[in-house]
Amino acid sequence: MPNMNMVQALNSAMDIMLTRDPSVVVLGEDVGYFGGVFRVTESLQKKHGAYRVLDTPIAEGGIVGAAVGMCANGLRPIAEIQFADYIYPAYDQIVSEVARLRYRSAGAFSAPLTIRTPCGGGIRGGQTHSQSPEAVFAHVSGIKTVMPSNPYDAKGMLIAAIEDDDPVIFFEPKRVYNGPFDGEPDKPAQSWAEHPKAEVPEGYYTVPIGQAAVTREGSALTIVTYGTMVHVSLAAAEALGLDAEVIDIRSMVPLDIDTIAASVSKTGRCLIAHEATRFAGFGAELSASIQEHCFWNLEAPIMRVAGWDTPYPHAFEWEYFPGKRRVMNALRRLMGEAA
Amino acid sequence: MTSRFHVPAVPARPGEQPDFSYVKVAAAGDAPRPPINVPVLGTAPLAEDLVRVLDDRHRAVGPWAPKLDAETLRRGLHTMMLTRAFDDRMQRAQRQGRITFYMRSLGEEAVSAAAAIALRDGDMLFPSYRNQGLFLSRGLSLVDLMSQLLSNSHDMCKGRQLPVMYHSAERRIFSISGNLATQFPQAVGWAMAAAIKGETDIAAAWLGEGSTAEADFHHALTFAKVYKAPAVLNVVNNQWAISTFQGYAGGEQRSFAARGPGMGIAGLRVDGNDFLAVYAVTAWAAERARAGHGATLIEHVTYRAGAHSTSDDPARYRPKDEFDAWPLGDPVDRLKSHLVTLGEWDDARHESLSKELDESVTGAWHEAVSYGTLNEGPRLDPSLMFEDVFKELPPHLLAQRDELLAELAERGESDHA
Repeated sequence: MPNMNMVQALNSAMDIMLTRDPSVVVLGEDVGYFGGVFRVTESLQKKHGAYRVLDTPIAEGGIVGAAVGMCANGLRPIAEIQFADYIYPAYDQIVSEVARLRYRSAGAFSAPLTIRTPCGGGIRGGQTHSQSPEAVFAHVSGIKTVMPSNPYDAKGMLIAAIEDDDPVIFFEPKRVYNGPFDGEPDKPAQSWAEHPKAEVPEGYYTVPIGQAAVTREGSALTIVTYGTMVHVSLAAAEALGLDAEVIDIRSMVPLDIDTIAASVSKTGRCLIAHEATRFAGFGAELSASIQEHCFWNLEAPIMRVAGWDTPYPHAFEWEYFPGKRRVMNALRRLMGEAA
Repeated sequence: MTSRFHVPAVPARPGEQPDFSYVKVAAAGDAPRPPINVPVLGTAPLAEDLVRVLDDRHRAVGPWAPKLDAETLRRGLHTMMLTRAFDDRMQRAQRQGRITFYMRSLGEEAVSAAAAIALRDGDMLFPSYRNQGLFLSRGLSLVDLMSQLLSNSHDMCKGRQLPVMYHSAERRIFSISGNLATQFPQAVGWAMAAAIKGETDIAAAWLGEGSTAEADFHHALTFAKVYKAPAVLNVVNNQWAISTFQGYAGGEQRSFAARGPGMGIAGLRVDGNDFLAVYAVTAWAAERARAGHGATLIEHVTYRAGAHSTSDDPARYRPKDEFDAWPLGDPVDRLKSHLVTLGEWDDARHESLSKELDESVTGAWHEAVSYGTLNEGPRLDPSLMFEDVFKELPPHLLAQRDELLAELAERGESDHA
């Protein structure tokens, strides 16, 4: 099976769907001739033509609005927003239109649209190239919200998203595009080459949206996480020699609470880890849902590790980023040790 | 049946001959200069035309030729050359890993340098990320700008912003955003406030032609029209928005300046590499705004001679030698030649100024680096991260700050993680 990094896996998913389904189109800023600023759409225009892979004006609201119209006329667009930090001009189209179209028209219209967007920090991008706004979209009823953490899931979930008859916002943690990241910036960059989740079938397959993955089995505690923080969490648990179960939720909406609750009920302890700001972040929803399902099995309060509640600061990337040490400290407290 | 779907045609891709036949270059001096109170529609022909002052023999000709003394022209040249020397050094600093990111304004230096001279010190500027010339022209020090690029202990942004996102409240230059076009309606709002308060200052804003696709551009023009806001709104058409050609912003067969009259404000299209022409149209628009005749949309036709940013590689999407074929030349060369023609400048003085500017840039760099870089020397206090989120630190941020300080103390005691 070929080895792919996340960029190649995402590219393969779009290539396959452009080939299989003539209604699929790709649109976004710099995605055509250039192949995208992260190369995710490389060669797609050359292969599938300029009517299927469209360079667009710099207008996120226009991209999403036009995609809604394309949906109404039978196409199945994949819209790229170049950075999640630039998605806000499209917020009205996403919240008021994409997410509500099926509901308000009683099913007469819908928007089977996939919005791909790179998110997250760790690349010295400052506050306009580092944000993780998933909670802002998970809060809106009517749009599925997902974030894969590895090449295998990225490809399978993107194909599932494209085929989904509901709109999906597909966050791509760009720090792990080219390799897993354990939260230690001073170590040499890792590649996906040796990683089992970089073995990606060349052809079509799907990874269902709405299913969490147990990335590491364990019995002492559960770490509920997603995106880049899956890798940081694994590294922290291993550094402490803890028998931790790590759950990659993969999908925020719909949330696979059964898998999460089964794990936390088994271990009795839960840490939630994400890069996004903590206050009213997706961790708050996770924490509330977990305590509703697992309260009588909990042996300690649910804890959260997240980004600080500030904009993402350029100079303080590694003071801001919830790295391995912050996760380790939280794990120690969760296990009842003094930090 | 031929397709009704149109894909904008890019004149030349890598390996092909550059083709700027779509740029209609009018003769210098041909465009008429209307009175500043001309009705909006009276500017419509000028919004499709191209105001040019410097002719092929480097003389200033026609009704737009401004009456600028040699001292002022040399000041403009100085700013453009300083901008270029600064850009060159900072580009190298990024390549050497000293700063994380940089954006040069190579080829479009006249846009900022000439406008800064045409506007008054009290006028408020809302720049985009490629207007470093405005900051240099208004006298910000190289050390202050470099310190922002370095996110060091002298950084005006206290380490919070990506390089080039400067500001100066003192010199009346608004904080640059990484998000596109947001400054355009803000400039109009500033101008509305000046009018509401009965003050004579005006606002000026800049964005790239690619950014005119954003809704904020249209909001700005609508508000400027409705309230006759005293603002000068500049579209810097440098032909490229990262990899997408100006046709993808709607530039095919129609100028960007024409959107001014289309939306109810004056529009002018100018040779953006002609310092004198940029000065002249900016002065005209500023006078019109100050006299209460409303805003003007100015399109500066120029060329982005460098990459979009240090993260970009234009060899992937356009011919490498495109700038050599650009019909409007190099703004520095053109102003230099004009001064030489006037007998107010020569090659020796040019060489010596160039050397002097390189030295002052290098000297400033050494000083700026002494205030620290991202990885070496004095560092900003990380607890600054929590300040200015709000005017006063709320309890949850206080708690997070304390948690970080404890973590950092622990990191200091341990070599790993």
